[in-house]
Amino acid sequence: MSRPRQLRKIVKPPAFRGYKPYGTHLKNDEVVELLYEEYEAIKLADYDCLTHLEASKLMGVSRATFARIYDSARKKVAKTLVEVKTLKTVFGNTILDDFWFLCSSCSARYTLPNYIKNKNCPLCNSDKVGMLNK
Amino acid sequence: MKTVITSVSDNLNTEFDKRFGRAAWFCVLDESTGEVSFVKNEYADNDQGAGTKVAALMVELGVKKVISGHFGPKAQEVLKKFDVQMVATEEETSVSEIINKLKNR
Repeated sequence: MSRPRQLRKIVKPPAFRGYKPYGTHLKNDEVVELLYEEYEAIKLADYDCLTHLEASKLMGVSRATFARIYDSARKKVAKTLVEVKTLKTVFGNTILDDFWFLCSSCSARYTLPNYIKNKNCPLCNSDKVGMLNK
Repeated sequence: MKTVITSVSDNLNTEFDKRFGRAAWFCVLDESTGEVSFVKNEYADNDQGAGTKVAALMVELGVKKVISGHFGPKAQEVLKKFDVQMVATEEETSVSEIINKLKNR
């Protein structure tokens, strides 16, 4: 079994859920899934113009890992443009700055307001829950 | 305690809607009595602001827990402020299945 992935820190998730091409008659039933960390990598490297080393520190991964995420992000964006695909953002292996919990048995994400004492998953009542952010 | 589950239509066997602000109907479940009622989403076709308005509606209804697939950033902000618990699940399931899960926990 491969080693579990280190969660990537993300300041803010993308403000959209996807992009669709227009002005084309091609059917695009295949979607390209851009992970949140890949969006963040593009944002840090190309929009904020950070070096890979600076960006990797912000995301809490090594420089090499950042380069790999960034590379895969660029390939996906290029693929959507060239092959006229729909882009969709998916959660990926990230931790957000907000306070969300993740149930590992039914993979539901949920918040816990102060008055709730039971920390188990609100859907399946499993106690195998983890924090999405530390 | 009132719980809202977003649904595609006003029927227990229908699919669970993964959108929050633009869900067609809301299934309101009273977890202590088991009573179920449906509320139509008047804002589903709004050009903008559906998430905020629906979040405000949840607060008005006195809902303490909302189960949906994805919460927009503005809806999250409002629900967080009023201490409403958000549960996001990507599972393809029906409203009645979720209710059963809640009852059996």
